[in-house]
Amino acid sequence: MVSIRGASRRFSGGHYGVRGITLDVERGETLVIMGPSGSGKSTLLRCVNGLETLDEGEIIIDGIHVNHETTDWNKVREEVGMVFQGFHLFPNRTALENLTLPQTVVRRRPAGEAKAVAKGLLDRVGLGGKESRFPAELSGGEKQRVAIARALAMNPKIMLFDEPTSALDPEMILEVLEVMRDLAREGMTMLVVTHEIGFAREVAQRAVFLDEGLLVEAGTALDLIDRPETARCRAFMQRILRRPGAGGESVGPGGASENRWT
Amino acid sequence: MYTWHWEQIPQYFPLIGAATLRTLQISVVSIVLGSFLGAVAGLMRVQPLRPVRFLAASYVELLRNIPLMLVLYLIYFGLGAFFPVSPFWAAVIGLSVFEGAYVAEIVRAGIESVDRGQMEAARSLGMSWFQSMRHVIVPQAVRRSLPPLTGQFVSLVKDSSLASLVSYEELMLVGRQINSRIFSPFEVFLTIGAIYFVICLTLSLLSRWQEARLARP
Repeated sequence: MVSIRGASRRFSGGHYGVRGITLDVERGETLVIMGPSGSGKSTLLRCVNGLETLDEGEIIIDGIHVNHETTDWNKVREEVGMVFQGFHLFPNRTALENLTLPQTVVRRRPAGEAKAVAKGLLDRVGLGGKESRFPAELSGGEKQRVAIARALAMNPKIMLFDEPTSALDPEMILEVLEVMRDLAREGMTMLVVTHEIGFAREVAQRAVFLDEGLLVEAGTALDLIDRPETARCRAFMQRILRRPGAGGESVGPGGASENRWT
Repeated sequence: MYTWHWEQIPQYFPLIGAATLRTLQISVVSIVLGSFLGAVAGLMRVQPLRPVRFLAASYVELLRNIPLMLVLYLIYFGLGAFFPVSPFWAAVIGLSVFEGAYVAEIVRAGIESVDRGQMEAARSLGMSWFQSMRHVIVPQAVRRSLPPLTGQFVSLVKDSSLASLVSYEELMLVGRQINSRIFSPFEVFLTIGAIYFVICLTLSLLSRWQEARLARP
């Protein structure tokens, strides 16, 4: 579904965002991308929908090569949804309007149909009844769920999540992760940058670990988290598992449902 | 000792009234044209193509660094040497081109004040650059730009007094004509000042009302 081949992105000053990364994501698969800050996780994700352009290598999405000069990024982005750490909802529009605007502008759906789709999706992420709220009137967790619904309104084939819970208060992380889990179970292809170990263990099939722009280790999510092979990945996992509330040591896969996400 | 002759003023009311209308006329037309020019130049300054950005930046810097009077003279006497330019059009073109440069800066600042994430979110949803601007960025920018824009429009109304220099018979010129007949500078110019004041204050109040109307959470 997504095939990244030798992808490199250099930033001004010559340092790399990502260096020669190759990886494949199958249809319906959830891939978790981990790594310390500045390791190129976000850059890699942003390359997939063209918010960053590749300097070398190529990315193939659903059979379409997207690194070429002639790529119609607007078309690609219609198929690839993205959820940001900072939500980026349109502050001057209600939750419902946040979902209807891209549908009417990009998909050219009639207003009535767009509204019906939007209502259905807001219901699905547990926000039925809050359609007419403005982003400023929603909690962080609610905002992120609106953002997910907004991306889904475009019927993407692939969803990118860039640290979707990192800007949230702890008590709101769960509600967002649950929406993401449901989405993964319904067969969405997902690339998720996150440090939520519980989520990675339960939902992701595979995980990759990046450091300094390089793909250091790749494997099943469970292996990468519990049995990292490289020293760098092991050190990183130990650090984030020791984080207060990480719950990494005590809660295994499918463990106590109370805090399996945290 | 200055002797007041307020009784001299009322006879000129019809003249002053007509001049007020002309001041309003060039102001309104210039505000519309200047805003359009400024919006175009402002958008040109934030779009991705470098040569286009350079073109807009040159316009802005050139116009902001020369006196308005000079712009008016260039149009009225300069262009006027090649084909007839009426005082009305000289004033309107001069004011629009001049104020457009300032509006462009306000528009640019407004757009740049909108969080970068808004553009990224819009683009990631498949909107083109233009669609993102039109539906996401500009509506937010306009709201923030309203106070400085009003200031600019008020400036324009006052700057329109310079149209007197290209012999357009607006308030300032008519004021000077009346004063040269009755030699009562305070009475004449205070009257005219009061008219400018009322026009500009009305503009400010209108914008404050519009701002309150747009102030959704």
